[in-house]
Amino acid sequence: MRTSAINEMKVSFPSASANESFARAAVAAFAAQLDPTVDELSDVRTAVSEAVTNCIVHAYRDTIGEITLTVRIYEGRRLVIQVKDKGCGIEDVEKAMEPLFTTGGEERAGLGFAVMESFMNRLRVTSHPGKGTCVTMEKRLSGRSGHGR
Amino acid sequence: MGVQLQMKQGELIALLDGEIDHHGARELREEIDAAVQRTKPRLLTLDFSGVQFMDSSGVGLIMGRYRMMSEWGGEVCVANLPPRLEKLVSLAGIRELCTVISGKEGKA
Repeated sequence: MRTSAINEMKVSFPSASANESFARAAVAAFAAQLDPTVDELSDVRTAVSEAVTNCIVHAYRDTIGEITLTVRIYEGRRLVIQVKDKGCGIEDVEKAMEPLFTTGGEERAGLGFAVMESFMNRLRVTSHPGKGTCVTMEKRLSGRSGHGR
Repeated sequence: MGVQLQMKQGELIALLDGEIDHHGARELREEIDAAVQRTKPRLLTLDFSGVQFMDSSGVGLIMGRYRMMSEWGGEVCVANLPPRLEKLVSLAGIRELCTVISGKEGKA
């Protein structure tokens, strides 16, 4: 059984690199209602930046396509972020998730998934070659004293 | 986002500013590389004191400059790294490639 989200936002935008900073800012603005710590917010912004950059650099390599960003808040201060594209997909997800593996050329560090994995509490990647990729990541935010429910 | 470049006694200092992501990294890279190729310094210092955000594109920026400087035995130093960027720099193993000097929390 799936529990329903307390709050949710969804935004879609073209895979133009100028939207990387927009995506980070949009998630940060929505997450602000949970009053995250500076470090938590920084982790989330970084992970979102990696996921959206993957769509731009890999999924829609030579084209512009739609990226959909959904953010949900669940009981227990859980922030669940989904980044979806309808791009080329990933043939071998396991391989793509290996640190330092990249098909992005010399200037890409090959750390995108490693960053998402270590900066968030959970990461799930599903992909269908030719159809697209969906990255779901979850961050459990700490309770802050004086800000309890 | 931007970069200010200064050359002094064989050292090229690149003062980075703002948010470093895939969108902005290209312009930074082109500006730094043009100066590096022109001056062939023995040390390239990437000063992160003004950097408010960076993702793995920033790591790619450091690694790419490390490779370029290695062509003539030059070194790269990452200076004034704000505490919030430590986690990413550690994850990427940047300290195995160049000197990293930690800084205070940035201007943000």
